[in-house]
Amino acid sequence: MITLATRAGSTPKRVLPGFGLSLGISLMFISLVLLLPLTGLFGQLAGLSLAEYWAIITEGRVVASYMVTIGAAAVAALVNGAFGLLLAWVLVRYEFPGKRLLDALMDLPFALPTAVAGITLATLYSSNGWMGRLLEPLGFQVAYTWVGIALAMAFTSIPFVVRTVQPVLEDLPHEVDEAALTLGASDGTAFRRVILPHLWPALVTGTGLAFVRSLGEFGAIIFIAGNMPYETEITALMIFVKLQEYDYAGASAIASVVLFVSLALLLVINIWQGRFIKRLHGGAG
Amino acid sequence: MSIRLQNIAKHFGTSRALEPVNLDIRDGELVGLLGPSGSGKTTLLRIMAGLETADREPAGRILFGNRDVTNLHVRDRRIGFVFQHYALFRHMSVFDNVAFGLTVMPRKSRPTSGEIRARVHRLLEMVKLEELANRYPAQLSGGQQQRVSLARALALRPEVLLLDEPFGALDAKVRQELRRWLRHLHDELNFTSVFVTHDQEEALELSDRVVVMSNGRIEQIDTPDTLYRSPTNRFVFEFLGDVNHLEGSVRDGVLTCGDARLAVDLPDGAEELLLRPHEVELVESATANAHLPVTVTAISPVGAEVRVELEADWLGEPWLATVRHSDYERLKLTRGMRLFAVPRRWHRFPDERSTPERKRLEVA
Repeated sequence: MITLATRAGSTPKRVLPGFGLSLGISLMFISLVLLLPLTGLFGQLAGLSLAEYWAIITEGRVVASYMVTIGAAAVAALVNGAFGLLLAWVLVRYEFPGKRLLDALMDLPFALPTAVAGITLATLYSSNGWMGRLLEPLGFQVAYTWVGIALAMAFTSIPFVVRTVQPVLEDLPHEVDEAALTLGASDGTAFRRVILPHLWPALVTGTGLAFVRSLGEFGAIIFIAGNMPYETEITALMIFVKLQEYDYAGASAIASVVLFVSLALLLVINIWQGRFIKRLHGGAG
Repeated sequence: MSIRLQNIAKHFGTSRALEPVNLDIRDGELVGLLGPSGSGKTTLLRIMAGLETADREPAGRILFGNRDVTNLHVRDRRIGFVFQHYALFRHMSVFDNVAFGLTVMPRKSRPTSGEIRARVHRLLEMVKLEELANRYPAQLSGGQQQRVSLARALALRPEVLLLDEPFGALDAKVRQELRRWLRHLHDELNFTSVFVTHDQEEALELSDRVVVMSNGRIEQIDTPDTLYRSPTNRFVFEFLGDVNHLEGSVRDGVLTCGDARLAVDLPDGAEELLLRPHEVELVESATANAHLPVTVTAISPVGAEVRVELEADWLGEPWLATVRHSDYERLKLTRGMRLFAVPRRWHRFPDERSTPERKRLEVA
């Protein structure tokens, strides 16, 4: 009885060792790599009054850059949502020669320096580049327009969609679509009513990540954008311009807007996805 | 609706999954496809369903009643299909799962939503899940999920129900219950059912007729009783239950194997006899016809009969014998006890393809 009592009284010991150490290191790492620079950002903002802050972030040229960035990022994210889904589908559901290579190529935009991608795209789509020469007579101007910006954004963020949808699709057994077919569903109906709802959370997350990534993209876009004030300037460029003028507070103010929008979006996606997944796993739906 | 398969073969790449197979299933029959894994039973079922296409060469035919469905897509074959792992739509409630087949019908033939609701509730009542209509699949037990998947398959009132190892993923007790319940449903609704299983007991208990398959070939098609009593070949005999082997050489009507002797009415030469556990009797002294000394190595008294494991120098693999509880008490069986085995009956399949021979021994 005594041993039982003491055992019950002592704090329960974790079976998995190293909780304190691993959590400590994780927190320290997050602090150094993420929180410290962010604190620095807000430190810069401390020099501004609220009115000054508001004036900087609502300046006409900056607001125009928000529009360009968000518009192009939205288009890029939606296009990536559609094509990323298709790519993931092809990579999971079919066997074909070169599948491994295609799979590896998916990660290329992550690995490639974005400036390299930017220069490549710019030369390809400028009026004497391969694609530019083909498209311009037809009236499509890609380089130095928002289309070019969206294209560069789509290039750098496609892996987000593919890599989030792919594992979910791999987990979806073939029997599920076979079941839909045995019940008389057409291919389209089976996809829309059975497969797509399964992929939906991953697809939205991937598209959201692609969107957020595009908001902050700089290197790949800058060469193809043309950077005309009020027309093809992106927000990241505005930050860069402020920095070149040694206006650190102004740069931080604009950066903080991008940061808040990105954070808010990620938070919304996470909450929404959590609710959806809970239902799949048997929580109260 | 009757199902006729004529000359159905299947290759996956270069490996042959099915040899050309012919099979007639009568209207209203419940047929089990039984075989070890890799025997082609699931492939055959999926070809019936249209989830797999048979080889073009040789050209086979599949007939449902008088309807040739060989080139018909699975969605137009009007079959119900039940998957081993239920394949429920996890993002839909139980109700929506069962209603799925009705809601995807073309608009002009689709029942009204009121009719659909009534029909789904009737189905859920039938599978005794009406209280769980609003739950999601992940909130149900395996047995409940399989019942949902059955209700879903029956929603379109198919005349053919195909089940791929429907109870394979469930535990023994639920399996027993669902088996009984499927039989009941089959008799009540009067469709033709084909199910795949690797469980001999399940096939023999549930089916009107059993199709035994191995290596892409149909070995035998018979009622469970005929199948068990007169298997056509060694594979069927060995697959349907535990088997004891007795190998030796026959000379002058006596089979000898080490210090074991058994009087047999066979020509001279090497022989292998097969016995079921219940065909082995244990006695305290050798008889005139049989001298098979054995040692008891394990006893399991659980169940209707006592299972006894026997070993001897002349045996390659241990024998298994089942004895009545009364005999067990009379013989006072203990581990290590030395006894004599007497075959009541034995079987032999001297050549794979020839008719088997059976012999009932007079126990002296």
